[in-house]
Amino acid sequence: MPKITFIEHTGEAHEVEGDVGMTVMEVARKADVPGIEAECGGACSCATCHVYVDEAWTSKTGSPEEMEEDMLDFAFDVKGNSRLSCQIKVTEELDGLIVRTPEKQF
Amino acid sequence: MSNAPIETDVVIIGAGPCGLFAVFELGLLDIRCHLIDILDRPGGQCAELYPEKPIYDIPAYPIISGQELTDKLMEQIKPFEPEFHFNQRVDEIERLEDGRFHLKTDDNQEFITKIVVIAAGGGSFTPKRPPLPGIEEFENGSVHYSVRRMSDFAGKDLLIVGGGDSALDWTLNLAPIANSLTLVHRRDKFRAATDSVNKMLALREEGKINFLLGQMKEIKGENGNLSSVTISGPDGETEVACNRLLPFFGLTMKLGPVANWGLNLHENLITVDTEKFETNEKGIFAVGDINHYPGKLKLILSGFHEAALMAQKANQYIYPDKKVIFQYTTSSSSLQKKLGVK
Ligand SMILES: Cc1cc2nc3c(=O)[nH]c(=O)nc-3n(C[C@H](O)[C@H](O)[C@H](O)COP(=O)(O)OP(=O)(O)OC[C@H]3O[C@@H](n4cnc5c(N)ncnc54)[C@H](O)[C@@H]3O)c2cc1C
Ligand code: FES
Repeated sequence: MPKITFIEHTGEAHEVEGDVGMTVMEVARKADVPGIEAECGGACSCATCHVYVDEAWTSKTGSPEEMEEDMLDFAFDVKGNSRLSCQIKVTEELDGLIVRTPEKQF
Repeated sequence: MSNAPIETDVVIIGAGPCGLFAVFELGLLDIRCHLIDILDRPGGQCAELYPEKPIYDIPAYPIISGQELTDKLMEQIKPFEPEFHFNQRVDEIERLEDGRFHLKTDDNQEFITKIVVIAAGGGSFTPKRPPLPGIEEFENGSVHYSVRRMSDFAGKDLLIVGGGDSALDWTLNLAPIANSLTLVHRRDKFRAATDSVNKMLALREEGKINFLLGQMKEIKGENGNLSSVTISGPDGETEVACNRLLPFFGLTMKLGPVANWGLNLHENLITVDTEKFETNEKGIFAVGDINHYPGKLKLILSGFHEAALMAQKANQYIYPDKKVIFQYTTSSSSLQKKLGVK
């Protein structure tokens, strides 16, 4: 099972195992990782599952599609490596993925 | 604004899918409704949060979008001539001596009604507040999440943030009356309608507005009066002097005044029975996402069922002497007459 590490803005890290096919948001929610609210339950319509993908992983996670990019307008402190975690699907390739959660979701 | 109170049989709070379907079930029983919603159009979450997204679990619709479902419900309830009061939030509900209820909205519209149906979903839609430290202090005059009176912005130095229709529409509308106007967005692509984007670009070209690529970082001022906002963009930080800020980052649902109406709650949801979906106050019902009972599922189809049972009880309150006969819309000529199909 692919492992994902969520690092909070305080530096605290949470290593969580996910199943292939889940989204990164779902993996975080299942393990109650703080800092991911996911108000809309993964429908790409709330932007409260915003994360920063570790620079070493951005090529593997790919870039946001137009709908996600539009929704990122509603996130706070958006950067080049910003993603909505409900739009990243867990694959074997993403074993070891590191994402950072922002200090504040909107 | 202060209008004469509207007297009616039923007021429905919330025009989401469940409030809309309640109009239908009540209408079949000859009960007419007024609906109040803080949004500017019907549909609740379906219209505001996911108009384009498909729903797969509406019975008999293998696939239907949030907006399509709203449009179909509006068509279905048309024969019952519901009256809508948009852009208003119900703040108060009080029982009168004669047993009816007195409701008041934040726009000072009053209603006197025999029955209240709360279909408030996840609560009232409220603008998202940017998580900037201290922003609350400026909300009494300098920071606005909507525009009620354009004249409040005449001659001011405005900073508008966002890339959707609200941000662009207000940029276009307020530019002619503002002293200065700066639009800030995090990228040079806008979600707003192409026509508005083109008009905004023209204003920018003519030097009538400033455009800045970036995001809000810090907000400054004294005694609730805004003086500047720091924008961090690709070329570093810029401090923009302004005395009015309009951030447009969409809406989120907040329970709001529902909590103050003296109803029994379970984790911010109104507890009801499962026979008639009535609250602890006789004559106040709650249907859809806002209610709670053992086994509750927050699904549109559950709300539809709840509305049907609620209507039966409301009917008894409104027409205590009417004999209740169970009828199918397929075969009852009197129901078909009400629907205008016969
Ligand atoms: C992204 C997403 C996908 C979904 N997918 C599905 C699905 O596939 N199937 C399904 O069955 N359900 C789905 N849902 C859930 C579904 O949308 C809700 O169950 C449904 O909208 C509830 O309807 P409602 O009428 O109870 O409330 P809402 O749709 O929440 O509407 C309530 C309305 O009441 C208004 N209101 C509240 N308080 C006040 C007040 N004091 N004064 C004035 N107005 C007020 C609000 O502004 C709002 O417009 C989804 C939800 C989301 C967010
Ligand atoms: S959970 Fe709402 S956008 Fe991802």
